[in-house]
Amino acid sequence: MRILTCVKRVPSPGAKITLTADGTAIDTRHLGFTISPHEECAVEEAVQLASAHGGSSTVLTLGPAEAEEQLRNAIAMGIDHAVLLPIEPDEHGVAEWDPRATAHAIAEAVTGLEADDGPFDLLLFGNESADAGNFQVGVRVAEALGRPVLDGIKDIEVADGTARVRRSVPDGFTVHQLPLPAVLAVKEGINLPRYPAMRGRLIAKKATIRQLQPTPRPGGLRRLRLRAPEQQRTETVILGSGADAAPAAADVLEEVGLL
Amino acid sequence: MSELPSHASVVVIGAGIVGNCVVGHLAERDWTDIVLVDKGPLPDPGGSTGHASNFIFPVDHSKEIAQLTLESQRQFEEMGVQTTTGGLEIARTEARMEELRRRMASALAWGIDAELIGPERVKELAPFVDTSIVLGAFYTPSVSVVDSLQAGTIQRQRALDKGALTVSANTEVLDVEVDQGRVTAVVTDRGRITCDHIVVACGVWSPRIAAMAGARIPLVPAVHQMLDVGPIPELEATRSEISYPIVRDMDTFMYERQSGGDMEVGSYAHRPILHDPDDIPSIEEAQLSPTQLPFTQEDFDEQMEHALELMPELLDTPGAGIKHAINGLLSLTPDAGPLLGETPEVKGLWSAAAVWIKEGPGVGRVMAELMTDGVAFMDIHGADIARFTPHQRTDFHVKARSREHFNKTYGIVHPHEQWESQRGIRVGPMHARTSALDAVYFEAGGWERPQWYESNASLVAEYGVADRPHEWDRRWWSPIMNAEHLAMRERVAMIDLTAFSIYEVHGPGAKDYLDAVVVTNVDRPAGRIMYTPVLTYNGGFRSDLTVIRLGWDHYRIITGGADWGRDLKWFSDHLPADGSAHLTDVTSAWTTVGVWGPRARDLMAGATSHDLSNDAFPFGNAQWVEIDGIEALMVRISYVGDLGWEVHAPIEQGQHLWDVLWEAGQPHDVVPAGGGVYGGSGRLEKGYRLMGAELESEYDPVEAGLAFPKVKAADFIGKERYLESREREPAAVMCSLTVEDHTSSSGVERFPMGGSPLLTTDGRRLEDAHGRPCVVTSSGSGPSIGKHILLGYLPPEQAKVGQELLVQYMGERFPVVVGSATRHGLFDPDDTRMKS
Repeated sequence: MRILTCVKRVPSPGAKITLTADGTAIDTRHLGFTISPHEECAVEEAVQLASAHGGSSTVLTLGPAEAEEQLRNAIAMGIDHAVLLPIEPDEHGVAEWDPRATAHAIAEAVTGLEADDGPFDLLLFGNESADAGNFQVGVRVAEALGRPVLDGIKDIEVADGTARVRRSVPDGFTVHQLPLPAVLAVKEGINLPRYPAMRGRLIAKKATIRQLQPTPRPGGLRRLRLRAPEQQRTETVILGSGADAAPAAADVLEEVGLL
Repeated sequence: MSELPSHASVVVIGAGIVGNCVVGHLAERDWTDIVLVDKGPLPDPGGSTGHASNFIFPVDHSKEIAQLTLESQRQFEEMGVQTTTGGLEIARTEARMEELRRRMASALAWGIDAELIGPERVKELAPFVDTSIVLGAFYTPSVSVVDSLQAGTIQRQRALDKGALTVSANTEVLDVEVDQGRVTAVVTDRGRITCDHIVVACGVWSPRIAAMAGARIPLVPAVHQMLDVGPIPELEATRSEISYPIVRDMDTFMYERQSGGDMEVGSYAHRPILHDPDDIPSIEEAQLSPTQLPFTQEDFDEQMEHALELMPELLDTPGAGIKHAINGLLSLTPDAGPLLGETPEVKGLWSAAAVWIKEGPGVGRVMAELMTDGVAFMDIHGADIARFTPHQRTDFHVKARSREHFNKTYGIVHPHEQWESQRGIRVGPMHARTSALDAVYFEAGGWERPQWYESNASLVAEYGVADRPHEWDRRWWSPIMNAEHLAMRERVAMIDLTAFSIYEVHGPGAKDYLDAVVVTNVDRPAGRIMYTPVLTYNGGFRSDLTVIRLGWDHYRIITGGADWGRDLKWFSDHLPADGSAHLTDVTSAWTTVGVWGPRARDLMAGATSHDLSNDAFPFGNAQWVEIDGIEALMVRISYVGDLGWEVHAPIEQGQHLWDVLWEAGQPHDVVPAGGGVYGGSGRLEKGYRLMGAELESEYDPVEAGLAFPKVKAADFIGKERYLESREREPAAVMCSLTVEDHTSSSGVERFPMGGSPLLTTDGRRLEDAHGRPCVVTSSGSGPSIGKHILLGYLPPEQAKVGQELLVQYMGERFPVVVGSATRHGLFDPDDTRMKS
């Protein structure tokens, strides 16, 4: 079984998001980078499926050269191979393409990878990216490749060339069956992603990352400006110490509806 | 949240371990109206305390740091927030084993129980260590882990319980107001507080707060990487925060400590990563906390391999992963020491910065005592924020030196090791001449000072000077120094003393001012040189230096290069309020060449027509002399015990002075000699004490053998305690000792250095009646007496000429004998040579 998981490098902000002076990007000087929790679950799911069914897993991202960090983190979690579709930063210093251009580049890369090494049975995405939240790339890739797609996936079982999946809906979940190859966008909660092992980190450090140059295509979405909402200043109130604090703590719990 | 008062006696900025402990100790000393502010929430406002590893290894080669640490452990224990775990410092190399033997000596010196153990015992204590790569370990049973946040909370609560404290969290300091050189108020986003004192205890942000007042706290925030690996069933099974000894993997500059079911792995091996205090994210902007920055994996890859080597199975436990990894910020200073005390720039602005958790409560006590009594229970000259010269306080210097010493945190650092960065940037006027003579420079007060001259190499054979066989003993040492010494004793030597710190006092109140600060009577005729102790309020040593009266209202003060900032602050602090005396720092205006040796008078006679006879120019006098167009001050004094002078000249004429003296010295076979003779062998043969080594605030002049026969009538700082000390038997006596047999068990001759503990012949550790350890304060060659000399305080019963003792050095013990128990040294004790 061959699985491809697609991820996106995003800033890992604190409570307050600071924007660059021109308001077109997040100020990332003090920030680390990560992938969305959904994508972490997609990586974990790929590792588990490849382990359970045999085969291999690959992680792919379209982003700046620094996105190697996210690819190596995925390898440290147990992914076998990594592919980077490198892109240059725009005039605002942001290396990011819109969903249409991104999906096109990924579909192009998948086609190339499959021509070299054989077809992927599953393409996994996070349900949405942690920053833009466009909910588009997975669906657009599926459309481009002509493969069935479902999002909101909370469980995947693979057997006999089909995937049986659970999709969360407001009042519960629905169960679907898709023929493979298929595209699935998974949601946080499908599993508990593992921490990368130290040994895994060392393997990841030495791993080769394959680079495929994506073909730029005009997208339909253009970011004009970001706006950070006003934030309320939080304040810590010390309710007391030891047993003396109990009544006040109980009052607070009651107030927020937990008692 | 308490309302901020409009006035406070003291505002403490920063509620980490240091600020909280300062508050607690101030309240204990009956301070009231204390305000503690922090821009973050409590109990963890987001500073370095919040991510500290919280473990304490008490043994340190530095007496000051060891004392602070032991005092802190005592307080953590008293607060009930300390878990004693024991600690292993592991050696993978033979060089480290030797360093661990040296640590054994330091442990013994400070009275800390420790042992050197083999791999089998390491395995017993820490079964997860792969002992196949371990040569041995230094085991300290008293290594502990503390809850620093809880300790801070307790200290704060104690002050609150006394009604002495207002705490204001989430309060940002916007400005510090200063009037006429003194703090007057702190402006915060919750209001303005007028105050008499401010304590800056905000770690990595301290430089920013100090700058608001126009002062410098010379530190730089730097990254220390650490991560948590888990869950590890073997650790979880202990059902405790920590049950195994903390492991320091010394050769890889790393540590591993259990943290519940995880293992925390930290490193000081990665590249130095420095930050700017103004560029630390705010609490809201930070992903974790302002001092827990995103982990930079690539800097830690090699460290992971090292950790996996040492604990392969534990750290590779299936299912265990890296749960948490940070680039934690801590504070680095130019010399790696803390920054304590009142800032030299602004009165009432106190620094309590660059302090590790292990020193926090001790620093709290020191600061409170300094602020209350002007003197602390222990000497802190090495941590005094006033110790730096202006160039050492620049950002450039702070960063260069911090970058250099970061990787030495767990390094093997020789006691005489010299800095590599920021060299050659403060040179005296003779530098071109001394460089042409192939001087090897050591740093003194930021100056380049010749330590010896390679051009004197031929003297080694001429005087038959022996080399030292062991690499450690001869590192930062040369037999040329001893040859220069012998040539000086036989002929005459010229010594570049530009590094001296020199101040001048002018004004009608000059005499009364100095009389109030120094021990000696300064009401002497013009031209008289006066050696004097300078005492703290408790009668211990603040400094020792030379004062020369140059006129009825004019004095010159000469002190050590390394003492510049501390002494300048002390003398400035005690200037009369009426302006009747003025103090001027003329260090960079005057240079000094020392000329000593039996032919010194002959040499000087070739440079000046001035009457240099003993009658016309007796010992202890200074005279203005013309030397080839230079109006020089010849000062007949000696720190090396031979006839001669310090020749002071305007710095711009220093090179000319050197040339004239050098020329005049040629018929007399003059040699250039370095600091190795001046501060080392010459001084040690005479038993002359050095500030910061023999002389500290913990010792008084009676103990140091430096009390004067008479006490002047005038009042002076420390007088009352000085008088008391003269009336009682000293608890310790400064002695000169010699090593009687240098042969180690391997047959190699060894030469013990400073810090080595002195023991009775049956191996018993010595301390005096006040519990002060008896250790070697200075050591070095005595070429003219043919012995290796040690100085050290001994209890009176041991302080007897002929008393046999032992010194422990590198795990071995060598016999020593007391040669002098007075201020008179071992060479020419009657001073006939220098008074001839």
